[in-house]
Amino acid sequence: MSLSRRHLLLSVVLPAALPALAQTPRRTLVQAMAIDDMISLDPAESFEISGGELIGNLYERLVQFDLDDPSKLSGQLAEGWTLGADGRSYDFRLREGLRFAAGSPLTAAEVVYSLQRAVRLNKTPAFILTQLGWDAGNVGAMVRQTGPLTLNISVHEAFAPSFVLNCLSSTVASIVDQRVVQAHPADWLRRNSAGSGPWRLRDWRAAEIVVLDRNEAYYGPKPQIERAIYSHVKESSMQRLMLVRGDVDVARNLSPQDILALKANNAQIKLTQVLKGTVYYISLNQKNPLLAKAEVREAFKWLVDYEALGATLIQGIGKPHQNFLPHGLLGASDEAPYKLDVARAKALLAKAGLPDGFKVTMDVRSTQPVQGIAEAFQQWAGRAGIQIEILPGDGKQTLTRYRARKHDIYIGDWGTDYWDPHSNADTFARNPDNSDRAAVQPLAWRNAWANAPLNREAEAALLERDTARRAALYERMQAQFRAESPFVMIYQQLQVAAVRAGVAGFRLGPTSDTTFLAPVTKTR
Amino acid sequence: MKKLARLLVSLLLTVIGLLAVTFFIGRVVPTDPALSIAGDRATTAQLGAVREQLGLNLPLYVQFGRYVAQVARGNLGASLLTGNDVTSDIARVFPATLELATVGILFGAAIGVPLGVWAAVRRGRLADQLVRLMGLVGYSAPIFWLGLMALALFYARLGWVGGPGRINVGFLYSVEPRTGLMLVDCLLARDWEAFQSAVAHLVLPGALLGYFSLAYISRMTRSFMLKELSAEYVVAARAKGLSEARIIWRHALRNAAVPLLTVVALSYAGLLEGSVLTETVFSWPGLGQYITNALQSADMNAVLGGTLVVGAVFIGINLLSDLLYRWLDPRTR
Repeated sequence: MSLSRRHLLLSVVLPAALPALAQTPRRTLVQAMAIDDMISLDPAESFEISGGELIGNLYERLVQFDLDDPSKLSGQLAEGWTLGADGRSYDFRLREGLRFAAGSPLTAAEVVYSLQRAVRLNKTPAFILTQLGWDAGNVGAMVRQTGPLTLNISVHEAFAPSFVLNCLSSTVASIVDQRVVQAHPADWLRRNSAGSGPWRLRDWRAAEIVVLDRNEAYYGPKPQIERAIYSHVKESSMQRLMLVRGDVDVARNLSPQDILALKANNAQIKLTQVLKGTVYYISLNQKNPLLAKAEVREAFKWLVDYEALGATLIQGIGKPHQNFLPHGLLGASDEAPYKLDVARAKALLAKAGLPDGFKVTMDVRSTQPVQGIAEAFQQWAGRAGIQIEILPGDGKQTLTRYRARKHDIYIGDWGTDYWDPHSNADTFARNPDNSDRAAVQPLAWRNAWANAPLNREAEAALLERDTARRAALYERMQAQFRAESPFVMIYQQLQVAAVRAGVAGFRLGPTSDTTFLAPVTKTR
Repeated sequence: MKKLARLLVSLLLTVIGLLAVTFFIGRVVPTDPALSIAGDRATTAQLGAVREQLGLNLPLYVQFGRYVAQVARGNLGASLLTGNDVTSDIARVFPATLELATVGILFGAAIGVPLGVWAAVRRGRLADQLVRLMGLVGYSAPIFWLGLMALALFYARLGWVGGPGRINVGFLYSVEPRTGLMLVDCLLARDWEAFQSAVAHLVLPGALLGYFSLAYISRMTRSFMLKELSAEYVVAARAKGLSEARIIWRHALRNAAVPLLTVVALSYAGLLEGSVLTETVFSWPGLGQYITNALQSADMNAVLGGTLVVGAVFIGINLLSDLLYRWLDPRTR
């Protein structure tokens, strides 16, 4: 028997004895993460959570907010900018020596091309740019190159500068390599990268794996890690086992139970967390005449045990929050007037002529923690005589019903689309057309709720050029929203990652596109 | 010749029926495929554009006709979720399932058949009860739970086997994917370390799937064997003084093998559909996960393509077991 054949036989009989304690390669960062939401990696099109994170690492944008204080902005590709006197014209100056991963220089021409391309393609995230007044017809004139490294951007109203810059910090405003993109078919960029970020896409197999390689042509400091792998692992408990075994360096989707277990007994593992720009809410469809009564709307806000929720169901993954702006955004509020008060809710129901409560349905997608929260809410509401029937469904089914305004009560979440308070104000508080065939269908529309004063305030805040005054406007809107809206805001998402000792510099960003891997180092 | 033609026609009808049922079920599912692609934030106009592009505005029968015509040309269309051709997606995920199912069925049959024979011979005794207990656990324990427990023990605690996935990430790009079967690819590349890693990853999910088919196979073997052992030819053999081992293994089992073959073939076909739960627990990028993901996003091209493959596998295995049947049982020739 030759050596190799014996070797082969042994490896079949004794797979056990062979692989010693697993370890990831020294210069490779391996993360376990659910990546099956990814549809496209083209920055002009992608709008999924895991896709956002990859684009944030593959591409760069003109401006970027400060991770330590996300309400502050600074230049990423831009060295600086000046705002014209009319408040509608911005002159940007790029840094020198910028370069794409393919080696060619990044100049104002590529910036202009990328912004125009996103607007002209008009895919889902394009609204972030088109709300500045750009469309396929005029973007050629409103975004133009003025020199090798300078460009001018004009917007159609004197918007708050923080708003305009925040929009330019979103993934849809990522700068792509024109030469590479134009050398390939139109859908090539969905599955390949052509950016200037510290990483380049090596491979993506849907719902299996994503591999990033270090961009060797990067003009800035290169990552110490040579390769970053996202391995698709759906199950939280499985992520935990792989992390403990050392098969992955970072676990990204851990359940509260697994977080607690890791916290309790593992010196090899550190936890890191960040408050995300995602808020969870329960909403009441105003097409249902019972739910449309002001007293009923308020009663539901007294029927949530926020404190108990924070200590149990969402422990480690969320923090109770009663406002539509997540903590970290300009103008965010931490006011929390509501608590569980069944007597008060009952009094309100009596005032609405419903002393014995009523029956109502609730669309709930069958995933945690949403399902658990819905069941708890069912109990709390039951104490005031409101009988909630839960209609379980898969996420996309409940969403289809919700978007068609066919629900009574819905439990959902909303992640900020771009890092500006207008993103959430625009969907929670503003509903300019409540008709069934409305062109824009924000969350307020989905719940058939239109409030004229809030519409006006949302528009005024968008044009307020003084940042402090702008923040105050949002605080006032949130107070009114807390009192009157059909939204019971429950908590803000807390994201936790568990990282093995030996990995340093891993930091979760407040948005999906700001978890940067470049600073990560490995010592073993 | 006439027989062959009839067979082909019935096959064709089966495939079209399969396609039609899947297609129409897919279209009445209350999920909007356009929404899956464009996302929750898309405007009505953008959703409309996607619907137009997918042809979702056309009458159902036109959509179906178009699809069948496309399939007839050998084109399964593109998946909405992955952006690839469904054909290339399936070529990627099916080998993973094939590898796992083959290991599973080998395991299940190699252990299940002797166990069933043993239980039949020792009917009513301790051995029989033990095999029954094993079978019961196999039937009733949720595979999800069993998989997690097995991983927690053999992978996390003891470190005997590899974790989720098909191979350690370190080998990911050192082995060239030629057949898509990880073991075969590693062998072709003559990379023993990678081969060990692949084996270590395959052992646990393979054994687990095998255990489930074992439960079924051992029960069926037992009942077939009981029938044979009470037959007259066994009494005759005993009277002639043949050894008990020879009676059991050469005579009774050979007769029981004919119906048993169908049982094993059907179990194998069942495993080839891809076990969604096993694949999820073990992060095994196979057909089951692929079809489930596609279903949840109303990615109809992928669902239909996957269903076609599953249907073809079933038909193929049925044909194969018919052929084997003839070979095993001279009376059917």
